[in-house]
Amino acid sequence: MSETLTAPTLTAKDFANDNEVRWCPGCGDYSILAQVQKIMPTIGVPKEDVVVISGIGCSSRFPYYMNTFGMHSIHGRATAIASGLKAARPELSVWIVTGDGDSLSIGGNHTIHLLRRNFDVNVLLFNNQIYGLTKGQYSPTSEEHKLTKTSPYGSIDHPFNPLALAMGADATFVARSMDRDPKHLQQTLTRANQHKGTSFVEIYQNCSIFNDGAFEIFTEKGSKLEETLFLESGQPLIFGTNKNKGIKLDGFTPVVVELGNGVSADDLWIHDDKDFYKAQILVRMFDDPRKANHLPRPFGVFYETERPCYEEVMALQIEEVIASKGKGNLDKLLRGNEVWDIA
Amino acid sequence: MSAQEEILQEVTIKFAGDSGDGMQLTGTQFTNNTALMGIDLATFPDFPAEIRAPIGTLAGVSGYQLHFSSKKVYTPGDIADVLVVMNAAALKVNIKSLKPGGKIVANIDGFDSKNLRLAHYPDGINPLEDGSLDNYEVIKIDVTKLTREALKDFKELGVKERDRAKNMFVLGFIYWMYNRTLDTTIDFLKDKFGKKEIILQSNIKVLQAGYNYGDTTETFTSRYTIEKAKLPSGSYRNIMGNAALAMGLVAAGEKSGLTLFLGSYPITPATDILQDLSKYKSFGVKTFQAEDEIAAISSAIGASYGGLLGITTTSGPGMALKAEAMGLAVMLEIPLVIVNVQRGGPSTGLPTKTEQSDLMQAYYGRNGECPMPVIASSTPSDCFDVAYEASRIAVQHMTPVILLSDGYIANGAEPWKYPVSADLQPIDVKYKTKLDEGEETFLPYKRDEKLVRPWAIPGTAGFEHRIGGLEKQDLTGAVSYDTDNHQHMIKTRQAKVDKIADYIPLQKIDSGAEKGKVLVLGWGSTYGAIKSAVLELQAQGLSVSHAHLRYIRPFPKNLGEMIKNFDKILIPEINNGQLVKIIRDQYLVDAKAFNKMMGIPITKGELIDVIKGML
Ligand code: SF4
Repeated sequence: MSETLTAPTLTAKDFANDNEVRWCPGCGDYSILAQVQKIMPTIGVPKEDVVVISGIGCSSRFPYYMNTFGMHSIHGRATAIASGLKAARPELSVWIVTGDGDSLSIGGNHTIHLLRRNFDVNVLLFNNQIYGLTKGQYSPTSEEHKLTKTSPYGSIDHPFNPLALAMGADATFVARSMDRDPKHLQQTLTRANQHKGTSFVEIYQNCSIFNDGAFEIFTEKGSKLEETLFLESGQPLIFGTNKNKGIKLDGFTPVVVELGNGVSADDLWIHDDKDFYKAQILVRMFDDPRKANHLPRPFGVFYETERPCYEEVMALQIEEVIASKGKGNLDKLLRGNEVWDIA
Repeated sequence: MSAQEEILQEVTIKFAGDSGDGMQLTGTQFTNNTALMGIDLATFPDFPAEIRAPIGTLAGVSGYQLHFSSKKVYTPGDIADVLVVMNAAALKVNIKSLKPGGKIVANIDGFDSKNLRLAHYPDGINPLEDGSLDNYEVIKIDVTKLTREALKDFKELGVKERDRAKNMFVLGFIYWMYNRTLDTTIDFLKDKFGKKEIILQSNIKVLQAGYNYGDTTETFTSRYTIEKAKLPSGSYRNIMGNAALAMGLVAAGEKSGLTLFLGSYPITPATDILQDLSKYKSFGVKTFQAEDEIAAISSAIGASYGGLLGITTTSGPGMALKAEAMGLAVMLEIPLVIVNVQRGGPSTGLPTKTEQSDLMQAYYGRNGECPMPVIASSTPSDCFDVAYEASRIAVQHMTPVILLSDGYIANGAEPWKYPVSADLQPIDVKYKTKLDEGEETFLPYKRDEKLVRPWAIPGTAGFEHRIGGLEKQDLTGAVSYDTDNHQHMIKTRQAKVDKIADYIPLQKIDSGAEKGKVLVLGWGSTYGAIKSAVLELQAQGLSVSHAHLRYIRPFPKNLGEMIKNFDKILIPEINNGQLVKIIRDQYLVDAKAFNKMMGIPITKGELIDVIKGML
């Protein structure tokens, strides 16, 4: 008797487990977890081949809530641990969950080196612009003058622009999404997973307790359409409540123009996520929304390119050496080149 | 006139010159030649921290000491019989390590007014001429002039290139002095300069010129021969500690069936291991030169989590940086080998000098109750066995293991009766791939009789689980803040490490009786000095024994018993007293310390004095 075995179809539930989720009520992490669990059955990877590695911080509890392999590691090192795991086991689907403190402050060094090496892993950077787990200190992405417990007179730190940092480190996939736009987040995560190489996804995540509303202007109905710009490759950069505004490049400077009165979509900047130079300008559209005449904040895939992945080249190099020299012979190694015998 | 032949039992020779003079190469060439003659030996390279200190200065002196003998050799020698100096600074730095009446082979050209000034000799004073060396036999050779002369037909070569071959002249001369042939070095040169015919020929020419100089001038009345040592029969090769350590790891990978993954960041004096393993790609070894020490160990943890044998190599400052990740490995209970090739500390300390001062760090240097096995290598060839053993403990006991070596044995060399792979005990490793009989669910922190938890690696369907640095609930491995559980887990992690004592050999007395007046208890690179001192005292009929620890955490089960059999315990260390504190703590004995912290090994002579003082 023969039987054809087909893999059972999994659902989002299969990627959840019995652990009680312990983020604060209203925390953006819930949505991100839900979107990740939703796309998991669609990525075509058996559950046992998925590994989620996190560092320390609120977001880093993430692996406990995924019914996959997972490691909740130490502060800032998820990227380095994932690098070793991916180098060791290239066939695994490795997801790094990290926060703004974890990956840009204490683990900043590993983040840039992960990006330049281009391991085929996905980095989900939950950016809430605050230290939540330690109860409200400014983070490396907090805006200047921010009042927090460690900056009672206002933060004097200049914040990182995470995507510009990623571009600077030669990331091969650079994207931004938000907790409050489940569809967009799912799409972005799916593309990140499809990308071969390190996918760097910054996710604006609301910390409802210590930094509530930090991204409100981008996420809430009243302001979202005016303040955000959703990128789609091949499409002009259009935004605004009535889709009546666009971005034009004036030399190297992006400027907002009103459509109509002789300005048409053809005059606008057409997004091309393969354009390395324009991506550098796009990630710099990072105006403080408190400033007058600020540019809208782009979301979506800013840049994607192909570059060999570290783990593949590593494996290939080993194969090549074995092909040219033969498989290592331990006795030959132990003997070395010069021996003598004592009777 | 042909020189008289004389047979000697042992010689200690030191080559010293500017770091640019190629003394390390000269030393290793003479060492290989000596080894291939079947003569026993031990070496001690001693180089400056600066890659290129200003030429001719005291800071730039690089040395290489070799002790060779027809008897068994345990140390590179306390004091040199022969000192080869390429310049005035080399003489000034090393004259104190030459025995009275010893020979000095001096390159005259290195004693011109500029070199003398750089070596801080007073104006107008040249030690080669002022009679200050009358107690030594001084052989003055104008190496530079003779090298240039030998190469006068090599018109293509500039003066600089010609002068670079100076060390070959000295080597040729020493080969003549010790009745050797030039083959090994000519083969080496062919290998190194095979494609650069001119450079190859010029080096050979100068090497021969040095040899012929000995033959034709009447410099000496004697040539010396050291006969083969009576070592146990077998096949031998020459080996340095770091090279042996790298091979031990490769062997452990082969015999466990695990792929090696090395995450490492270059640091003196451990870098050779990273370099060696990077070459061994044909064994499938994966090497990852990480962005820093933390990433180095973290990547190795990631690899071990994935089912490979994760390794990280470093020295003291790197150990400090890795401490937090070691704690994670202790919590995760996954295999990991952490190699610390110790150097002088604290901080940057003395990067190229040796010390044993990281034992406390290995034992206690992490936050929380964080026990890890510690194991130490005692000679260059022992680095192989210890690397193999550290890997075995790591994978069979699911634990990070610290392996302590040091700069002295890392760079030192000795003949090695190398093993054949078939004789190496296989390392059994099992991943968890199915539930045992009676098991209903997978429990990541359920322990076996060794208190070891299962290794279930990603990719194993049905065994998905989460681990991390937070305290684990017993059995399930889930996060737990339960007070009783925390105490239980601390005790369990300690018991698991203690239990390794059931799976390691009992401590043996290395030499001497099982009971007696003084037990000299050592660990690490002091082995040779202790061994030779104790043997000499035993020959005088004194009641001294020597035991040398490989397993430092946990100690072999019989160590306490052994210690009780002696009236006095002496623990010599190249630190300010570290093992001695642990021994006193664990066994409540009044162990005495002998400590030397000069960046150089303890000598046999020093130990003999200390031990005699205790008898
Ligand atoms: S502190 Fe903020 S980020 Fe952390 S769980 Fe609560 S809401 Fe979320």
